[in-house]
Parts: sequence; structure tokens; C-alpha cells
Amino acid sequence: MRLTAQDLAVRRSGRRIFSGVSFALEAGEALMVTGRNGAGKSTLLAVLAGRLKPEAGTLTAHDVGEATLPECLHVVGHRDGLKSPLTAEENLAFARDLLGAPTASPRAALEELGLGHALKLPVAFLSAGQRRRVALARLLVCRRPLWLLDEPTAALDVASQGVLAGMMARHRATGGLVIAATHQALGLDGARELRIEPTGPEAPVSRDASSQDAVVGDVWW
Amino acid sequence: MVMRALKALVARDLALAARVGGSGALSLVFFLMIVAVVPFALGPDLNLLSRIGPAILWLAAVLATLIGLDRLFQADEEDGSLDLMTGAPVPMELVVLAKVLAHWLTTGLPLALAAPLFGLLVALDGTAMGATSLTLLVGTPALTFIGAVGSALTASIRRGGLILAVLVLPLMIPTLIFGVSASEAALGGTVPFTTPLAILAALSLIAGVVGTLAAAAALRWSE
Repeated sequence: MRLTAQDLAVRRSGRRIFSGVSFALEAGEALMVTGRNGAGKSTLLAVLAGRLKPEAGTLTAHDVGEATLPECLHVVGHRDGLKSPLTAEENLAFARDLLGAPTASPRAALEELGLGHALKLPVAFLSAGQRRRVALARLLVCRRPLWLLDEPTAALDVASQGVLAGMMARHRATGGLVIAATHQALGLDGARELRIEPTGPEAPVSRDASSQDAVVGDVWW
Repeated sequence: MVMRALKALVARDLALAARVGGSGALSLVFFLMIVAVVPFALGPDLNLLSRIGPAILWLAAVLATLIGLDRLFQADEEDGSLDLMTGAPVPMELVVLAKVLAHWLTTGLPLALAAPLFGLLVALDGTAMGATSLTLLVGTPALTFIGAVGSALTASIRRGGLILAVLVLPLMIPTLIFGVSASEAALGGTVPFTTPLAILAALSLIAGVVGTLAAAAALRWSE
């Protein structure tokens, strides 16, 4: 799958969040979306996920047949999409049946993330980091070419961050795409960086080049 | 694949309703509360009670339906499940249909099934009990579908329950009118039982179509 975005602009409740965001991702590539708090990183991910309509610009997914963009992606964000009264296994089984194209069983996915023991536990009993890991296990139970991750390492311990980096590397090796909004290095080798600058009367923010060791090749803004 | 996704949605919502904090039992208890309190307020006049009994049951059903409707889509909006459903290879209309069906199975259907029992409290005879139960069975889908539109519109508003009631209650009045008139027609009168019942069924079918489309549109355009 390939993804191109041209001149995206978003307005929420009358306020312009960002404009002129363009990028192109080839199979196997990763994009790190950076920017200050409130710059619109999560908004960009919501647009990609189909939850918000852009005011202007186009989003095109290539080589995906008849599927629409929201049907080609996984979202893991702050709102984790888990139901507290249901067990981790039930949550993952539901996601698998709903999204289609199943690959791994909920048990295998949870064991991959080191949560095999939590299979039969209601999600309400889990800690924030464990909940996040259950949400990340959703990435493994069914195959979707594009992963949208919003601060995926929030609340994760170092070991789990390593597991996530390994998952992303394997996903990209099989031609998958990763778009992550983040403030930290995620272990995404060769990821490009898209820095979202707030539009409006504020003074233009200077980019600090030292923040990420990213290749800022053909990313425009 | 579509059927599998819809089955998963219905099964999940039924499981959620059965666990702690499900709204199904709550609306049934609310229904019982209203029906149980009315005879105390009106006094022990059995003739009066049995005459207005169907109306009381229907009023209680309308109010009980409103309970729990506010969480129908709001809960999914809050925890991000709605993002998951947006990404499902299923049109939003079918997602709404599956969720409303599960909601009706846990609220509307128990009300209709419990109506004969609660009819005892308002001194209904056998015919009236059966008739009221049948009209509730036919009419409560309309209430749930109409409520789903309001629920979808207020999904992203915190504490939108009151706004929901204000939005939705006027639209439920035709269903209430024909529900009560069908129940009363069964007790005798000039109108045959089937006429208002057919109109009630028509209301449910119309609400099923319009409500599903409108709720899906509201969910799609919500921010």
C-alpha cells in the first residue's frame, strides 16, 4: 500500500488547526508526526482514520483495491477502544471479528506482548501500561497495512517499548506503513519526520534539527 | 465477513449489558417503579386503574426507554470503540442497526415481556394484558430507533442525557398515541384492534429506516 496526502487543511469548531500538510509514503516506510502540544498531531491522525473531514486537500491510498482508507488501518491512541468489563481476550476477539482479515489468535497476540497471563482478566483490572499493551495487541490479531499510532509508548515500560519497536520493524519489512505521532524516538529506523506547525498569528516556530535523527527528505509543509 | 462483524457487535453489546453496569436491568426496574407508584397516587379504584392501565404501562415504557439511551453511542465515543467501528469493513448504517438491535433486546424486549406481570399492578384483565404486551412488542422498536438518533447526535456531549430527552420525546409521541389507542381498542370500542396496531407497526418500520440512516449520518459528521 502507498499513501499520499496533498495540502491537507483542517478546521475544528471554526478554528484552523493546520493547513498545507503534504506527505507521501511508500510501502515499508514510516512517518513520525512531531510538533508541540496542541499543534494538531492527533487531529491529523483523526483525519487519516476517517473520523474528521479535512477542510481541503486530498488523501489517497494506492494499491488497496476497493477498500477505503479507514478500512486499511489500525488506530491505537489515547482512547484505546477497550471495554473495561470485558476480558482482554474478549476485547481482542471482538476487534478481530469486527475488522476482518484475522491473522493471530488473541492468546498469541497477548503472549507476544508479554500479557499471556491477562487473557481472562477484565481490562478494568489492568494498569495503564497493560491496557496500552492490550490495545497494541490489536495490531497483531488482524492484518492492516497502515498503523496509526498516537503516542504509542505512553505508559509503556522499556521492555514493552522494545517489543513495540520489533513489531513495527516486522510490519514494515512486510510492506506495512507506520504513522506515529510522538515526542520520543520510537526505534523507527529511517523514519521520515513531518513537523506540524501551528498556523495563525503566532510567530513561526524554528525547527530544532537535533530533536530526531530523521531524514527530512521529501516531506513538505 | 459483514455478518461476522455484525454478530460480533451484537454479541459484545449483549455481553456488556449482562455484566456490571448494564442498562437493561435498570430500565426494567425503572418501569416497575413507575407502574408500582401510580396505584398509590390514584388510590384503590380498580375500575379507574384498569381503564387507564394501558396508558400507564405505555408511559412507563417511554420513560424507561429514555433511561440508558444516552449511553448507547456515547460510551463507544468516549473509549474510542467508535474509531474501531469506523474502520470496520461494514457501513456505519449496519453498525447502528446492530447496536440498536442489541439495545432493544436488552431494554425494549424485556419491557414487552414483563408487561403482563406489571399489568397485575394496575388491575388489567387477561385481554388487556395480552394486548398491551403485544403493542409494546410492536411499538418499542420505534422508541429505540427514534432514541438512537438523539443518542447519536449527543454522543460527543458530556451529560447529554437531558438534551437527548428533549430532542427525542416529542418524536416518540405518535408511537405513544397509537400504542395506547391499540391497547384500548382491544378492550372494546368502535375502532378494531388491528387498525392502530398496523399503524404502530408502520411507525416502527419507518423509524427503523429513518432512524438508522439519521443516526449513522450523525455519527459520521460528529467531531
